[in-house]
Amino acid sequence: MSGLASEQSRQPRSLFEKIWDRHVVVQEPGAPAILYIDRHLVHEVTSPQAFSGLRARGLKVRRPDLTTATVDHGIPTRVPPLVNGGRPDRLAFADELCRKQIAQLEANCQEFGIPLYGLDSPQQGIVHVIGPELGLTQPGLTIVCGDSHTSTHGAFGALAFGIGTSEVEHVLATQCLLQRRPKTFEIRLEGRLQPGVTAKDIILAIIARIGVGGGTGHVIEYAGEAIRSLDMEGRMTVCNMSIEAGARAGMIAPDDTTYQFLAGRPFAPQGEAWDRALAYWRTLPTDEGAAFDRTLTLDASQIEPMITYGTTPGMGTPITGIVPDPTTIADPVQRSTLEKALTYMDLRPGQKLLGQPVNVVFIGSCTNGRLVDLRAAASLLKGRKVAPSTRLIVVPGSQAVKSQAEAEGLDRIFKEAGAEWREPGCSLCIAMNGDQLEPGQYAISTSNRNFEGRQGKGGRTFLASPLTAAATAIAGYINDPRRV
Amino acid sequence: MPQFTTLTSRVVPLPVNNVDTDQIIPARFLKVTDKNGLGQNLFADWRYLPDGSPNPDFVLNQPQYQGAQILLAGDNFGCGSSREHAPWALTAYGFRAVISTSFADIFRNNSLKNGLLPIVVDEKCHATLLDIVAEMPHREWTVDLAEQTVTLPTGDRFSFEVDPFARTCLLQGVDELGYILSFAENIAAYEAARS
Repeated sequence: MSGLASEQSRQPRSLFEKIWDRHVVVQEPGAPAILYIDRHLVHEVTSPQAFSGLRARGLKVRRPDLTTATVDHGIPTRVPPLVNGGRPDRLAFADELCRKQIAQLEANCQEFGIPLYGLDSPQQGIVHVIGPELGLTQPGLTIVCGDSHTSTHGAFGALAFGIGTSEVEHVLATQCLLQRRPKTFEIRLEGRLQPGVTAKDIILAIIARIGVGGGTGHVIEYAGEAIRSLDMEGRMTVCNMSIEAGARAGMIAPDDTTYQFLAGRPFAPQGEAWDRALAYWRTLPTDEGAAFDRTLTLDASQIEPMITYGTTPGMGTPITGIVPDPTTIADPVQRSTLEKALTYMDLRPGQKLLGQPVNVVFIGSCTNGRLVDLRAAASLLKGRKVAPSTRLIVVPGSQAVKSQAEAEGLDRIFKEAGAEWREPGCSLCIAMNGDQLEPGQYAISTSNRNFEGRQGKGGRTFLASPLTAAATAIAGYINDPRRV
Repeated sequence: MPQFTTLTSRVVPLPVNNVDTDQIIPARFLKVTDKNGLGQNLFADWRYLPDGSPNPDFVLNQPQYQGAQILLAGDNFGCGSSREHAPWALTAYGFRAVISTSFADIFRNNSLKNGLLPIVVDEKCHATLLDIVAEMPHREWTVDLAEQTVTLPTGDRFSFEVDPFARTCLLQGVDELGYILSFAENIAAYEAARS
């Protein structure tokens, strides 16, 4: 196999190249590689047509043991009050289509033998939150899901990327994908972050710098002191939004932080298998002298808390900045694109972002719905109140995050501040489950996309970190977390 | 997969950069378990007014573009979500080719699996194409995949690059799954070697 030959070569290789080479099953001249997939994550929205395709062709799922399903996109996060204990009815507020989609996933998993962390599972949650929690996400693996934020799992030194539903069917049927080898892009973050600046600000600053198409065709490896200093949750936030720069995937080399996070997780190797895995994982980081197709170095100490003002994640600025002026842009399509965005957002060129009123604050999503994100928000909200004009919705990323947060009393901090504390799911990040903005409303959101209508038709989104979102909830307008 | 050989059609200009898949098909229309009905919701939030009637300002609702099968879009078309509902909606509406200066990776992959041809041109060519469609909105262009050319109503012709493997699949109307399945023995051997 071609993979073995190149593994024996002495050419310095990047983390990406090591994983890619090891997973090439077949490489015919002129054709894309047939790439083996180690983990396939499945959810209710992008899988039904793939299972229908299997049935139409009379195919089985080749490796149900490497496939894991959960419900996250459409599932309501509101539940009716519990009477006499028991489990909350997760579908009480679901519409007919959502019920049908979830029932279809349950039936598909049953028919094809796929483990499902479903409605009443204590492991249910956003697919990119539960993969790492369960220890399914490990260094050196190839991981795919019919969801663009699969790039999240690259934080563990895995090659992880989103795929379409046809490709979901390909992986279900063959455990393989046909892929052209992407290019590589190293982004180094040298120096240390200032207080109040987080992983979310790093990735928003990168996207503002390279643009929403800046990573197209590339796998980004994030490196440097500021990346190494991040905890796993922060690394996941950075890799999660790689797709918002257009990148095929984002990756961070595994290190002791990674191994400590994984040790003891349900699907992590145990005993001797752990020792063998660890020895392999330690060979994965990029070799000294490995070449990248592109490189970029940024000074992490210069990054400020970031906020977006437009309708792409690349339309971002330091929070102390102003809305840019389209008339300064020469290219007519670029100019009209910014004009269209500012019209949609109803913001004026030159306007300060600080002080802009917001109606809704959303803390959650696969970007920032983990325990450390909730802790960060709670650290500012403790003993304070959400502004009367503003609604704060906190949605933990998984049942595990929710129960840990409740064990720490974070739910009480949020509720005493006047926030809504919800059940896990994608919620206001994609607005498929009944949680959505009203037309014209402004939200500050810890999620990943400020596209037109993303959080509800006519809704307007500012993307920011959990700290900035919490500071804004207290003020009722965009607020600098360093001043709280 | 539908075969793609040649296509002769008028062209719809949509000169907006970074059109994301949430615009192509908003998430509230993803609650389906099949591929039916997506065409009517293509670009729903731009195409319809709040009362549900067609927005006369949106290009797809303008009479000269009815029935056109080629979309001339801005840079980084199809960015954002991995939803294959985006090419499903575009093809259900009737589009068979999209021309842009670049496409988001997942969208491009999804399009090629659904008989929707992404054609990449450079910025200078793109600007010229926008001028031509503005001057001659009623004239047809011809895409020839085997020749990898687009012939314009001016008589000019330009060539484009396309992944040779994807080109073969499109010309023959075959999908990738059959190709991968034909290597089942290699996949089994790979699994055996790793376990």
